[in-house]
Amino acid sequence: MIKKAIISEASETFCKKVIELSGEIVSRCDQCGTCTGSCPMVIEMDISPSQMMRLVLLGDESVLEMKTIWICASCFSCTARCPRGLDASKVAEALRQMKLRKAIHYLHLEEIDREELKKFPQMVLVAAYRKLTG
Amino acid sequence: MKRIPYYPGCSLQTKAKHFETTAMAVAEALDYEMITLPRWNCCGAVHSLTSDDLMHHIAPVTTLLRSKEFSEANQLDDSRLVVLCAMCLNVLKRTNKRVIELIDDRTKMNDFLYLESSKYDGSTQVIHFLELLKEIGWDVLSRKVTHPLSNLSVSPYYGCLLLRPKEVGIDDPEAPVIQENLLHSLQAKVVENPLKNRCCGSYHTLADKQVVVDLSYDILTNAQKAGAEIITTSCPLCAFNLDQRQEDIIKKYSGFKKIPVVYFTELMMIAFGLPLKNAGLDQHYVDPRPLFIEKEMYHEE
Repeated sequence: MIKKAIISEASETFCKKVIELSGEIVSRCDQCGTCTGSCPMVIEMDISPSQMMRLVLLGDESVLEMKTIWICASCFSCTARCPRGLDASKVAEALRQMKLRKAIHYLHLEEIDREELKKFPQMVLVAAYRKLTG
Repeated sequence: MKRIPYYPGCSLQTKAKHFETTAMAVAEALDYEMITLPRWNCCGAVHSLTSDDLMHHIAPVTTLLRSKEFSEANQLDDSRLVVLCAMCLNVLKRTNKRVIELIDDRTKMNDFLYLESSKYDGSTQVIHFLELLKEIGWDVLSRKVTHPLSNLSVSPYYGCLLLRPKEVGIDDPEAPVIQENLLHSLQAKVVENPLKNRCCGSYHTLADKQVVVDLSYDILTNAQKAGAEIITTSCPLCAFNLDQRQEDIIKKYSGFKKIPVVYFTELMMIAFGLPLKNAGLDQHYVDPRPLFIEKEMYHEE
């Protein structure tokens, strides 16, 4: 299949929005893949962190539907190693926020086992609610 | 006794109480009194990473401001704010950095805090307990040791937020040595785990447990392969994932052998010969006491 990318006005607006929210100039990304190679979560993701960066740069809003943006736990391994000084975890956070600010949640509290809930240190609940609910 | 303010955060007086108890006992042995900050509030656990979101920085800024006021009003010997939790450290330090560097944001945040009695200027310095120990000096620590851990192979685990991002980390993000140095001062045999700064899966333990099971399995087995008998950590969340999740690791990986995971302060209690009654050694999923008994470091009372 021949793939085609069209940078429409909508794509450009999307890309700019992510850049503004994250503070990361995604066009600096060289697609070297260091973030992907450093990511401990990559095996759980549907697209790699470098693919996420690329989709943002192309203004492709389908990136918002990827599991990757929720799986990123902001461990900053990619941040520590990016040769271009970019922070992909901030880009993931911006994308999460674009969903959460529309009240589209990833975590549904009613699905969590009540018995398990009693075991967690409080910080687990605070962190997960902050990251995965709006 | 030097008095220094201490910020507990959400977990240190509840699920991770024994981390606090042991840290305070160790600090006291080193002539420091950690005074719990009055009117502290939750830091939010994760630093808000978007550029337009100031609201989520208000909680940590309030804590930083109150720490400043508290240490001034009580003329504490050390005005820096000590934390034990890696997440608190990360959030408080990053927020403080934003207050210092982005003047517009600082003004806006202070506007939010109009009910507080003073403005915050970014002057509270946040340090982790490990940094305080380093400052006290490894040689001073080693002189306190009455029960050397020379028979014990320990693998330190750092996780993410003590080290990254670099601007707020307490040591080199790729090759940290602060826990190693501490363990050396207790005369422990230090075992190098190549995954010591690999993420444990963090808050995914709540709704996506299998992610944490796999990551923790890798971290633990790498330490075991290197010869570790016990793992130390400094974060209640890492401790939960590496310790409690072994219950689920065994179900998935049949050949897995359990390994105790403790806070570094618990080993310090043993090495300093401090009373272990409230050290929380019984608070772990994998009980470290049989190992300590085997190594003749601990006796049932």
